Order: sequence, then structure tokens, then C-alpha cells
Amino acid sequence: MKKQQRLVVRTAILLVLLAAVGYTIYANFFTEKTAVAVGSTAPDFVLTDLNGQKHRLSDYRGKGVFLNFWGTWCNPCKREMPYMNDWYPVYKQQGVEILAVNVGEPKLSVKKFAERFGLTFPIVIDQEDQVLNAYNVGPLPTTFLIDKNGKVKQIITGTMTKEDIRRHLESIKP
Amino acid sequence: MEQVKCECGHVNPHGTAFCESCGKPLQDVGEKRLLDMRYEGSARRSQTYKRTIIDQIWAFFSSVKVGVALIVITLIASAIGTIFPQQMYIPPNADPAEYYEKQYGLAGKLYYELGFNNLYGSWWYILLIALIGVSLVICSLDRVVPLYRALKRQGVKRHPHFLERQRLFGVSRVNDPDDAIATLKERLAKQRYHVREEDGHLLAEKGRFSRWGPYVNHIGLIIFLIGAMLRSVPGMYIDRAMWIPEGETKEIPGTNGRYFLKSEQFIFETYQKGKENEAFNAAIDRVGNGMIAKNYQTNVVLYKRVGPVIAGAEPKLKKVKEYAIRVNEPLKFDGYALYQVDFRLGEPKAMSFQLTDKRSGASFGTVHIDLYNPKEEYDLGRGYRVKLLSYFPDFEFDEDGNPSTKSRVPNNPAFVFKMYAPDRPKGETSFVAIQQTIEPFGDNKYKMAFAGLETRNVSGLTVRRDFTLWILGIGGAIFMIGLIQGMYWNHRRVWVQRVNGELWIAAHTNKNWFGLKNELRRLLDGTGLTMPADRLEEGKKARQGGQAHGTA
Repeated sequence: MKKQQRLVVRTAILLVLLAAVGYTIYANFFTEKTAVAVGSTAPDFVLTDLNGQKHRLSDYRGKGVFLNFWGTWCNPCKREMPYMNDWYPVYKQQGVEILAVNVGEPKLSVKKFAERFGLTFPIVIDQEDQVLNAYNVGPLPTTFLIDKNGKVKQIITGTMTKEDIRRHLESIKP
Repeated sequence: MEQVKCECGHVNPHGTAFCESCGKPLQDVGEKRLLDMRYEGSARRSQTYKRTIIDQIWAFFSSVKVGVALIVITLIASAIGTIFPQQMYIPPNADPAEYYEKQYGLAGKLYYELGFNNLYGSWWYILLIALIGVSLVICSLDRVVPLYRALKRQGVKRHPHFLERQRLFGVSRVNDPDDAIATLKERLAKQRYHVREEDGHLLAEKGRFSRWGPYVNHIGLIIFLIGAMLRSVPGMYIDRAMWIPEGETKEIPGTNGRYFLKSEQFIFETYQKGKENEAFNAAIDRVGNGMIAKNYQTNVVLYKRVGPVIAGAEPKLKKVKEYAIRVNEPLKFDGYALYQVDFRLGEPKAMSFQLTDKRSGASFGTVHIDLYNPKEEYDLGRGYRVKLLSYFPDFEFDEDGNPSTKSRVPNNPAFVFKMYAPDRPKGETSFVAIQQTIEPFGDNKYKMAFAGLETRNVSGLTVRRDFTLWILGIGGAIFMIGLIQGMYWNHRRVWVQRVNGELWIAAHTNKNWFGLKNELRRLLDGTGLTMPADRLEEGKKARQGGQAHGTA
């Protein structure tokens, strides 16, 4: 075998092996363990809010959507929801909606929670866990930033500061 | 790179130990009497070219020593991973940082800090396995190609130096060499040797395919590793948990909203004395009547969603089938399997309270509260009503001492009621939890008296889909084929050559020399030819100083 040819073959084989190893490590450790990947279209859903109004995600095309999964028992959620509430009217005018999905708690608990913190953004309840499954949400809170084309821009797990939330809302302005 | 031309005219790659064609040693073999026949003396390429960085990486992975080191490191790490339980097996509510230290002391703390608590999913463990895979591929390629080449190009006529350096070698003087060779040729063919003749010399060979066994085996292993790797490709492998209470219909996670499951009933049975075969009575007595689990079963109905899938929308369902899921008897559909893995008995579903006058004990009606969806207000008529101010399904006091809930599961429900009566139009507030009542604003006239608890069983199921199984199966099968190929066949060769009027016979096998010697004895029986001597054994005997009797 010619020297040049040998080098090409060896390089090619090593590259293939490196790609296989790299992919395995990447897929296991550097991707979110959610069904929805960054860059993919956010799964459509339809849920009812506390006032009985239906919200369908695809109706929000053209606007940015800050989709927050939460529960009343989750302390980080308790901390960040008032911040979301502060920014909601500011960014609603600029075409970014906040939609909070409660993970199937009794309507009474959710309503009391919303009253206690004076929350004004729509809160829908995922009674059957269908949306939770579709987004494969693990820990709470988890937030999906969805742009005007319905694509997931970023997935945030864990608590956010007021400034974090502003930055995230800013990033999905249409 | 220069090549080496043998005196027989064959051109060998640099690094070849002995000529591919005639077998003449090309490197200085010195006093060594026997040739090292591994890989047919071919030049493993990694040992000869080490110029570029690519060549150096290649040479590193081509080393069997490196491969063995990787395997040993992985073995040791795997063994350490079994000393204490892995994180997935410790109680789910325990904080691993504390748990290991509390349970196992300093060793446990170290175990956790070094990351052995989640060993088999850690990046470095996966990297080790991956490096073994790389080593396997390169080691195999680096050996199988030159070996194939050497075996393909081997000549019939061999250099005398090659023959006399074989382990089995003998010299015979015969009157009629033509006749002896003809006889041997016939006998070898009968023993199913593939015989080649050239200028009156013989090369008989059989079972060469056995030499490919290890490489076939490695291909199987590599396919197996690819299968394991594919598990991390989305959609190839699904392993999800599902809790479903009796009477409810829920979406099956991992099916993208296409399948729903209804649990009709969860059944837990134990072995009862008197109901079983008498032979079991002793065993039942020993453990205790009704203590040995007999059956865990969930009776379910599988539904498929009709029409478009929109999460959250009321699904239109079509019944697919009814099934009883038992341990090891999963419900299978569309590549999915639902396994019975867990259960919770008697989970609270609804609670009843009676609005009662504390002094007289008179009751003014019953409030029935669905713990998954309580109402805000319950009207009992005649001016009596109860408002639910707060509800805590899994009650606890938080850090600030305020009542709150730990989860959404009603494990420990607590309520704040406001009770209205004709003589209490402003209402009385009462905090009610299991076994306790607090009246925050002084003494009340009325109370919510506990009147009953409705429970149901909850089944824990695992949703599994594995599209990599068949790849793992094929890999495993090829692995076994390679193993059998290499283990149960031997690559045997016999050379018969005329050298200076003598008949030289040499033989080689890759394993089972005992079998080869027996075969040679049968071949040479009655021909008057000398049976080739086993020179390795002779050498041993010579070193042992003639004390060769006794153990064989």
C-alpha cells in the first residue's frame, strides 16, 4: 500500500470511530433529556385556563411564547412567578406571551396560588399530563422559550432571577 | 518505505519476519530454533510505520497491551461500582450527597465524591467502553489484513530454514520419494486436506477459516457495541415510568400521545394456607400466612387515539384490547411493552366529613371531597354550607412554618374549611388534617367530623420500547459464530519437500498439537517415513535434564 493511501485510510477509519464515540458521549451527556430538542417545533397543545378560556399553542404563531411548567409545591416556582408577573405586561405589548402550565393540580389549589400572588398571565392546567408527556418535563420549573415561528429556542431547567427572565423574554421578541 | 526482496524472488513488505512465499527468515533469528508463527510472521503495519500523528494514534490502539489495559481498567471500575448501591437504587427521596456518607461512612463519602455512585452512566465509563471498541477495531484490522495477505501468498515450496524451524519436523531417507509423495498426497486428500503440489513438493492445508474466528468474533462485539450506542439515538430506546390509579384512563408516556391505557383493577395476591397445595404449607408457615406474594396484576384496556394528536385535547379513543398485565407478562403493542413493576395500595381518593355541632353532636350533612379535584364550596342546605379556603394534598409545614404541600399526590391531605350555619353567618375557620384539628380564631361551635376515606390502588408500570434488541441479537450471534469457528476448528498445514535426496516433513497448527500429531501418525503409518518430532517438547525435556518421566 502506498504511504499516502495508508494515511488516508487510517485517517478515515479513525474519523469514523471518533464520530461514533463522540456522538455517544454527546447524546448521553450534552443533550437535554427532553423529548423536545432545541431547534425543533414545539409540540402543539390545547389547555383550558382558570377562566375557562382555551389556549392553543399554534394560535400564538407570530408571537414569542415563554412556556413555564410549574407546581404549587415547588419553591423555585414560587420565587420566579412574581418576576414573571412583573414582566408580563411589559413584554405582552412587545409580542411575547407568558403561558404557565400547571402540572395537573386541583383547580382550587392553582386558583388560590394565583390569587395569593396576584398573577395576571394565563395559567392552564394539564389535568391529564398529556402536555407534560409531550414535552417530557422532568424537574420543575422547566421553561421553554418558543420563537415566533413556533421553534424552541432554549430550554431552561431550574430557577431564574428577575434579570434572567427579562433576558429570556427579550430573546424571543418577534 | 523500502521493501524486502527474498532470494526466492518474492517481494515482502518491510517488517516481515519471514518470507511470505518461501518462508525464509528475513530477520536475524539468531540461535532461536523455532520460528514465531504468530500472524504468519507478517508485518503488522502499526509496528513499521510511525511517522505522522495518525500513525502514532493507530499504533497506540493497535497494541494488544493497550487493549488489555483498557479491559482491566474497565473491569476494576465495574467491580468497584458494585461495592455500594448505585444511585438509582438508593431511596428516591434521599440526597445522595448525604446518603452515602451516612450509610457507609468515609468510604461512602469517597465513593460519592469520586463519582462511583452513578458509574455505569458516567462519561468516563462510557468513554472506556468506547475506547475498547476502538482498540478492537484497530487491533483486528491491523492483524487480519496482513494475516490474510500472508496466508493467501504462501508458496508451496518453502525454504529449508523455514521447515527446520517448525515445531513438528522430521527427515526421512527413502528409496522412492515419488512413490512416498504420491501415497502421502492421497492420504492427505482423504483426511480432507487441500493439497497443492509444485515441483514435486507438497503443501497440504485444512481449516484455514478457523483463523478468521477471532475477527468474526470481534465483528460481533463491534455490532453489539453499535447496538448499545444506538440506544442514545432518540426513538430507538424508550424506558418510561407510568403510575395509573384504578378506574382512570391515562396517556401512555413515550407513545407521543397515540395510546391511552385504562386501569380496571389492580390485584395483589398472596399465598394463603389452605388454598394452596399442601406441600407449600411448611413454607407458608415459616414465612407467615399471607406474607408471600403470589401475583401482581393490573387489568387494563388499551386504547388508540383516533384523529390528530393535540396534547391536552379531549382524545377520541378506539379500544384496541383488554389484557391482564402480570410480572413477566407485559402488554405488547406496536413495538411497546408495558411491564408490571410497582404498586401502591389504598391511596386516598376521596374524603368525607360531617358538619357537626361540637356540643350536641348533631350532624348537618356530609361533605364528600374528591382529593384530586375538590370543589370550592359545598352547600348542605337549610343555610348550612362549607367553603374550602385552602387544600394541601401532601401536607407539611414549610421552612417559614406555613402550611404547604410536598407534592400533588394526596398522601396526607389537609384542609382549611370555613363553616357557615344560620347562627354563624360570618363563618368559622377550621384547619383539618389527619388526626388533628386547629381552630385558629378561637373556639368554634361547629367542626368537620371525619366520616370516611375512599381509597384505590395504583399500578406502577414501565413503558419500554427497544429497537436495538435485534442488533444486539445479531451481534451476539456473530460473536458466538466467531467463537465456535475459532475454537472447534484448527488450521493445520503439512509440508512435504525433497531436500538433497531426503524427504523433509514439517507441520504446523494454530492449536491442538496433540490432534495434529495423531493425524500425522495415521498419515505416516506403514510408509516407513520418520514421524516428525515435537521439538518444543524435546526442548523442554532437555531443559528438565532428562527427568521427563511422570507428568505429561
